[in-house]
Amino acid sequence: MSRVPLERKVLSENEHIAAGLRERFARHGVLCLNFISAPGAGKTALLERTLEGFPAGRRVAVLAGDIQTDNDARRLARFGFPARQITTAGACHLDARMIERALEGWDLEALDLLFIENVGNLVCPSSYDLGEAAKIVLLSVAEGEDKPLKYPSIFFKSELLIVNKIDLLPYVPFDLARARENALRVQPALEIVEVSCTTGQGLDAWQRWLDRRQARAAALGIPLPL
Amino acid sequence: MHELGIANSVLEAVRAEARLHPGARFTKVGVRVGELSGVEPDSLSFCFEALVAGSDLAPLELAIERCPRRHRCPACDVSFVVVDYELACPQCGKAQTDCIGGEELELSFLEVEQP
Repeated sequence: MSRVPLERKVLSENEHIAAGLRERFARHGVLCLNFISAPGAGKTALLERTLEGFPAGRRVAVLAGDIQTDNDARRLARFGFPARQITTAGACHLDARMIERALEGWDLEALDLLFIENVGNLVCPSSYDLGEAAKIVLLSVAEGEDKPLKYPSIFFKSELLIVNKIDLLPYVPFDLARARENALRVQPALEIVEVSCTTGQGLDAWQRWLDRRQARAAALGIPLPL
Repeated sequence: MHELGIANSVLEAVRAEARLHPGARFTKVGVRVGELSGVEPDSLSFCFEALVAGSDLAPLELAIERCPRRHRCPACDVSFVVVDYELACPQCGKAQTDCIGGEELELSFLEVEQP
C-alpha cells in the first residue's frame, strides 16, 4: 500500500474554463458580475430596474440561469439589450462551461458589462467560478437576518451585498442593522447597499457602486477580483 | 445539492490517475473540504458512496479532511482557527486579519495497492 500525493482542485476543469473566460473578459474589457441569491430575493427585478435605467447605447448583456423556463430572459430582453437564458435542466447552479457555451456567437468587443443571473440558490453557486470579476449576493428582508451566518460561503466570496425589498421593512421582523452586522462578521470587506426594486429606493446607490466598479476595472485595465 | 457533481469530479480525477497507473488498484482518495467551500462533507460522502457502489472503482473509500476557516494577523504573524466568526487576533486584538484557509476543495492523496 502506498500513498501518492494528488495536489489539485476538485473542480480543476471548471477552474480552467473559468480562467479562460476571465482572460477573454479582460482582453475585451468586459466587467462580468455574477448575481447570487435564494429564489425570490429579487435578482431578476434588480436587473430589470438596472437595465430600465440604462441609456440605449449602454454596452451591456445578460445571461439568466434557471432550472426550467426562459421566463427571466424574456423579462430581461424587453429593455433592448442582449439577453440569453441558460436552462440547466435540473442543475442547481451555473458552471463555467455553461457560460462559455452561452457566449457563443456574441461579440465581446461590443460589450462593457455582462450580468450573469445565477440559479436561485445560496449554496451551490458559491462553489463554481464563472470567470466573473465579482460575485454580488442579494438578500431580501422577507428572509432571515441570520442568513449570512447560515450560508457563510457566498457572503464570504461576494464583493457586494444588496439588501432588497426594504419597502417591506415595516411589515416584517427583519433587523437590518443585525443583518449588516452578520454579513460583516463573515466578510469584513463586504460593501452593502439597501434597495427596493418596487419603489426604486436605494437604486441610485447601487448604480453608483456599479459605476465605481466599472471605473476601477477600466483603470486597472483588467477586471480582476479584489 | 451539488455534492453529486463534486463527488463525480473526484471520481473523474481518480480515473484520470488510474490511466497513468495501469493495473494499480486505488483503495482511498483524500479530499480537503473547507468550511467556506460551500460543500457539505456529509452530503459529499453520501453521494460519493452512491456513485462508487457497483462502479469500476468500488470499493474506493473517501477520506474527508475538514478544513476550518483560518486567519493570520498581519501585525504579529500569529495564525489561528476562526471560531464563531471571531476574526480578531487572539494575541494582539487587531480586528483586521487575513483569511488564509477555509476555501479548500482539493484532492490531497490517493492510496494505491500495487499489483
